[in-house]
Amino acid sequence: MAMAGEKGWGRRFVIAVPYLWLLALFLVPFLIVLKISLSQDMIAQPPYAPVFDAAAGWAGFKDFLSQLSIANYFYVLSFDNEFIAAYGSSLLIAGISTALLLLVGYPIAYAMARAPKGIQPMLLMLVILPFWTSFLIRVYAWIGILSPEGFLNQLLDALGLISEPLQILNTDLAVYIGIVYSYLPFMVLPLYSALEKLDGTLLEAAEDLGCPPAKAFWTITFPLSLPGVAAGALLCFIPAVGEFVIPDLLGGSDTLMIGKSLWTEFTVNRSWTASAAVAVLLLLLLVVPIVIYQNLQARELEAGR
Amino acid sequence: MAADKARTQTIGAVRRTFAPWADPAATPLIRFENVVKRFGAFVAVENLSLDIYEREFFGLLGPSGCGKTTLMRMLAGFEQPTSGRITLAGEDISGIPPYRRPVNMMFQSYALFPHMSVWDNIAFGLKQDHLSKAAIAARVEEMLALVKLTTFAKRKPHQLSGGQRQRVALARSVAKRPKVLLLDEPLTALDKKLRDETQFELMDLQMSLGMTFLIVTHDQEEAMTVADRIAVMNQGKLVQVAPPAVIYEQPASRYIADFIGDVNMLETTLVATGAGGCELASPKTPYPLRLDQSVEAHAGDTVWLAIRPEKMRIALEPPADITANCLTGVIWDIGYLGDLSIYHVEMPCGTRVKVSKPNVSRLVERPITWEDKVWVTFSPDAGVVLTS
Repeated sequence: MAMAGEKGWGRRFVIAVPYLWLLALFLVPFLIVLKISLSQDMIAQPPYAPVFDAAAGWAGFKDFLSQLSIANYFYVLSFDNEFIAAYGSSLLIAGISTALLLLVGYPIAYAMARAPKGIQPMLLMLVILPFWTSFLIRVYAWIGILSPEGFLNQLLDALGLISEPLQILNTDLAVYIGIVYSYLPFMVLPLYSALEKLDGTLLEAAEDLGCPPAKAFWTITFPLSLPGVAAGALLCFIPAVGEFVIPDLLGGSDTLMIGKSLWTEFTVNRSWTASAAVAVLLLLLLVVPIVIYQNLQARELEAGR
Repeated sequence: MAADKARTQTIGAVRRTFAPWADPAATPLIRFENVVKRFGAFVAVENLSLDIYEREFFGLLGPSGCGKTTLMRMLAGFEQPTSGRITLAGEDISGIPPYRRPVNMMFQSYALFPHMSVWDNIAFGLKQDHLSKAAIAARVEEMLALVKLTTFAKRKPHQLSGGQRQRVALARSVAKRPKVLLLDEPLTALDKKLRDETQFELMDLQMSLGMTFLIVTHDQEEAMTVADRIAVMNQGKLVQVAPPAVIYEQPASRYIADFIGDVNMLETTLVATGAGGCELASPKTPYPLRLDQSVEAHAGDTVWLAIRPEKMRIALEPPADITANCLTGVIWDIGYLGDLSIYHVEMPCGTRVKVSKPNVSRLVERPITWEDKVWVTFSPDAGVVLTS
């Protein structure tokens, strides 16, 4: 123990860096947002009250605390407003998108993991390559593809498959296309890493014991890739719930997502406090899948030992 | 004790008389006919023909890369022969996929399914046959009892020791009662003591199940212990196929003699050969070398005399009336192994021979030690004369 005391400072400092990072860039901003969500809107600078004044001492602090209220949460959770519907719609859109991502991403990851070892780094590179271009530009590009006079409609028209343009842009379908396209690498990479480390002799053993390859996929490969499925699903689902840019640019006016509602509350209604409450509730909503994910990871670590 | 004795006698009775390969009327269970396997330009198996009989414990022995594993994988169905034919019980199995062959394999890595319990691992193959639940349960229980893992049925593979995992793999591969069980280096991952025990358990198991076992190993001791017959492979070819004692005592070539066990190899010139034996000469010793064997070579040809270290005697005094089969030298080094000592004797020409001697007495008045001048002798039936 004495040794740890002597050597400890350097080590403690190294360990402290990520904690300080999380403290300064996650916990403190969260506490600020939490505080704003408990405040009231004011036409002032800043546009809410109370404002914490350290100079006022203990009495001032008690006064400050007494002015906080959870009224904003009642406002957000009231059925008179669209927030509950927006939360539900966001969860639904994110859930469907995640399922679509899994359907598209799994075959890609499987093919990559089964490809010759020599070309796997190149395939990985191709999956990551879209990140070289700005996310926003890629979403704008989809407007060019999906719009009534866009590439897709022109192509289908030229092929004689349609007589009038398909209305895809500004629908939920466009949102799904945008999310699946943008989030695909986050689904493919964890799946690939789970499938790539799968021991091929397990499949040989299954086949040897009388299991045809197609069945062996469902009894061996898929169950063993579940940690990758869980990681990919959560990596896609969590940000998709709060997605703003894709529904804003590709979705229609009736596409209801919490990110858009928050944006409207903040910029149109100019209510910092209500939008802060929306954000805090969204965070609480997403903590559940994150905790599930962490439990899964802990169990996998346990199993790996 | 009585049961133990009865069992030993049965095994003894079977082992003593079991030699279907010597019976021209016997039909082999497995036939490799002119099998060739190429991977690109690399020839893994070269025009190989081999018969394996029912209930035989057959060993495939050879250095890594000799083609023994490829041969086994072709039988399991994971590789297809480039040309030639493999038949199992008279049926050509070339086009049959692995999951329809009555052959099961125990993998070197065991390949246990990590997400399934011991019970489910053993039941896996049975479930593929769509047996009833009760039949599967009964067979799994039987297999668990056979490998003494009944209390571990609910554990996952990662909660077992290496030896226990090996048993699960074995139970899983015999659960379907295959016609042939393939064992790919089954004991390599175990420590020596466990390996020795398991070798005998494997033999018992093979005997009690009445199955044909094909074991692939690079460990000659393992092959010698368990197998009825051994095929020694080198560079895709069979070098010799024979029971262990024949492989050891009558190796077909210098390669075999050298590969199996320890051997002293003396390059000699054939002086004379006939029905009664042969005489060899070597510049390394003034004595003639006389052996019981008649050699298929001509006088003056170079032949090799192979003698195992345990078949020579070592003495500090020149033996009385010795006229042949004697080498002299000084002790260059001694390997003391406890049960026996290995003496490295350097002859005047610089060649060294190894002689082993059991340490039958705890206290020796005058042990043989470094720098001693010694006489090494052997009888005319101790060595083998090899022409290739």
